Amino acid sequence: MPTLTAKKISTRPSRPAPELIFGDLWEFDPAPETADPKLKARYDLFINGQFVAPKSGKYFDSINPANEQKLAEIAQASAADVDVAYQAAKAAYDNVWGKMPGRERAKYLFRIARLLQDRAREFAVAETLDGGKPIKESRDFDVPMAAAHFFYHAGWADKLDYVAPGRRVAPLGVVGQVIPWNFPLLMLAWKLAPALAMGNTVVLKPAETTSITCLKLAEILQDAGLPPGVVNFVTGAGDVGAAVMNHPIPAKIAFTGSTEVGKIIMRSLAGTDKKMTLELGGKAANIVFDDAPLNQAVEGIVNGIFFNQGHVCCAGSRLLVHEPVAEQVLTKLKNRIKVLRVGDPLDKNTDIGAINSKEQLAKITSLVASGVKEGAVLFQPSGRLPTKGFYFRPTIFSGVSMSHRIAREEIFGPVLSILTFRTVDEAIEKANNTAYGLSAGVWTDKGSRILKMSTELKAGVVWANTYNKFDPTSPFGGYKESGFGREGGRQGLLDYCKLI
Amino acid sequence: MLARSPHAALRRLFDEVGAVDAVGIEERVAKYGTRSIKKAAKLWGLKLAASMVDLTTLEGKDTPGKVASLCQKALCPHDPELGVPQVAAVCVYPAMVKHARKALGSDTAVRIASVATAFPSGQAPLKTRLAEVKAAVGDGADEIDMVINRGAFLSGEFGVMQDEIRAVVAACGDATLKVILEVSELETYDNIRAASFLAMRVIREGDFIKTSTGKTSLNATLGNNQVMIEAIRDYYLDTGVSIAMKPAGGIRTAKQALTFLVAIKETLGDAWLNNARYRFGASALLNDLIRQIAKERSGAYQAPYYFSEATESY
Repeated sequence: MPTLTAKKISTRPSRPAPELIFGDLWEFDPAPETADPKLKARYDLFINGQFVAPKSGKYFDSINPANEQKLAEIAQASAADVDVAYQAAKAAYDNVWGKMPGRERAKYLFRIARLLQDRAREFAVAETLDGGKPIKESRDFDVPMAAAHFFYHAGWADKLDYVAPGRRVAPLGVVGQVIPWNFPLLMLAWKLAPALAMGNTVVLKPAETTSITCLKLAEILQDAGLPPGVVNFVTGAGDVGAAVMNHPIPAKIAFTGSTEVGKIIMRSLAGTDKKMTLELGGKAANIVFDDAPLNQAVEGIVNGIFFNQGHVCCAGSRLLVHEPVAEQVLTKLKNRIKVLRVGDPLDKNTDIGAINSKEQLAKITSLVASGVKEGAVLFQPSGRLPTKGFYFRPTIFSGVSMSHRIAREEIFGPVLSILTFRTVDEAIEKANNTAYGLSAGVWTDKGSRILKMSTELKAGVVWANTYNKFDPTSPFGGYKESGFGREGGRQGLLDYCKLI
Repeated sequence: MLARSPHAALRRLFDEVGAVDAVGIEERVAKYGTRSIKKAAKLWGLKLAASMVDLTTLEGKDTPGKVASLCQKALCPHDPELGVPQVAAVCVYPAMVKHARKALGSDTAVRIASVATAFPSGQAPLKTRLAEVKAAVGDGADEIDMVINRGAFLSGEFGVMQDEIRAVVAACGDATLKVILEVSELETYDNIRAASFLAMRVIREGDFIKTSTGKTSLNATLGNNQVMIEAIRDYYLDTGVSIAMKPAGGIRTAKQALTFLVAIKETLGDAWLNNARYRFGASALLNDLIRQIAKERSGAYQAPYYFSEATESY
């Protein structure tokens, strides 16, 4: 794109390059969200409709990543607890839930959705305390979307005769589910709602660092009068996850998490007749052409990579920019991230909260160091970070090439790698040159180019002139090492049933 | 041969200055509304907003008496003890400029702005419009709010539109110029961005672009404001020339004004957070700002009749 002035006056007096000042002339006062998260000091396992102590009698601490303070104690489950949970789920499936008409199951799901809406602020604060994400995201995205998933699938429960035209559907039985720490409540809703609507019963393990909203949802399940055993929560680390995956009872395993763990699960389930859906990592390309509305594209890029501190499997972590506008986009991006507010996640004005855990912070730090070492150019805005807690500044790397580690590995943090391209074919080739294939973004004013790109990009979701848009009606899932199976929409439901 | 239709001309202009995605703009501005501004930051923002008001009366029934009371309100918006700053300017029709000058005197920081150029339609011969500008400046106007020739813009005659603005710049002399795009008649964000660039290229550093006359159905919105301040930012980064901005019409509450200021803070930065670079064309807004400032001090809202009414909203 040409420069923005019509004719440059050649005799213009030389002055320093214009800069915008994003200082503290108008500094905002702290605006903390004050709703009570109503946390208990200790959370037990939720099995057969009751909170029960783990057989081991052991508990581990759940901390607030924003200040490293302890929030609650969480029960440490063992294989024996997992077995009890599966027995309860099997009994509930055989005796109650599997036989219940869909229209009756729908009532429970509607009730769960409404109770979650009633307690939305409480859940939002709990989610932010436990995971470190900004309150504005848990308040405006995580909790409302979780409720929306329950509503959507409640609507399906009495219409399952129409979900697969010409076929009849039946539930699978008991399903085992393991979810990650980046969207604890939302991933829980993505997993539970379709499974329950279809008539399955569930044993689910939340991530070790973010179990609290899951166990708070157990209170809602009790309040909703959900029959005992239909949903069971077991908490703990990877060994509990392995026990959930490898137990003989479940007819299906659903996992969202890293590709590394996904591969271990596939290996361990090979040779069994368990069904599987895996939603794994990503290294999405966000592709900006020279005819794109650049200011809005920059907004979308920021949304794509800094949403939830970049702890998003579909984060737009690789920015591919058309060479003619690369310089312009970089300048705009720098000016944009200078006004992102990093800090206390409970502050309503915070844009980037705390990194979820010390381990994750260490991983991000080491990958960023590798980017610097391999010769990419780093930019981070200045500004103070809180002294306690796990924080990382929004980071952009320019001058990245396809062989850099930061262009290939999933960083899962607020780090953007910028690459350039010259032609449409080069953009497609670079975008697809990755082991992953979860999502991609295309920014252009030209409709036909959007259609071409969306067919040629090997990604489960392609967003056009927007990024990170989700809806319960829209299936989400990956290609290649980003997994298989879909969540959301009719396609997501079909992954929780057998066709007869 | 290149197509000569108005559409083709617009298309080439869009290619040159870049397009705007409507959905993206609206998503961006929705985020400004979620900023939570409390305590000292709120008070500072309210006072800043009050200092940016162009207190306006633009009615057929305006009289010297009405203008005089408007000027008094501009000079001293409320009990001085509350610390509400003087507004930036009063904005009146050309015929009222001399009355405003009389009421304000010559030794005042409050400026006199006058809408000229056959406001609000602009549908008068150029000669007449320029004469009006000169008359207003001659009567003591410090600032001229002109309307662009929307007809020329929409028919692709950008040269005509720009030449007219140039002529008004010349007629202004030392007076500051504000160029009203009348965004509701341009209809699309693409057009608003393109028209902003056409205007900015022919006005001087410190001159304004302004959203609207306040006389049509849709006036200043956060979306229009955002498109125009992004244009100002892009033009500034490209040329180093700072253009000022004035949204006008439809901003009635203190809360709205704070949201517009957040947009400035996060798009143009600190250098635009003053009344030389940003104004609100409004009248009802001032009393709501005063009411909120009083509330910050006392902790309770006072009834609207505690505040002097010198204007009617537009």
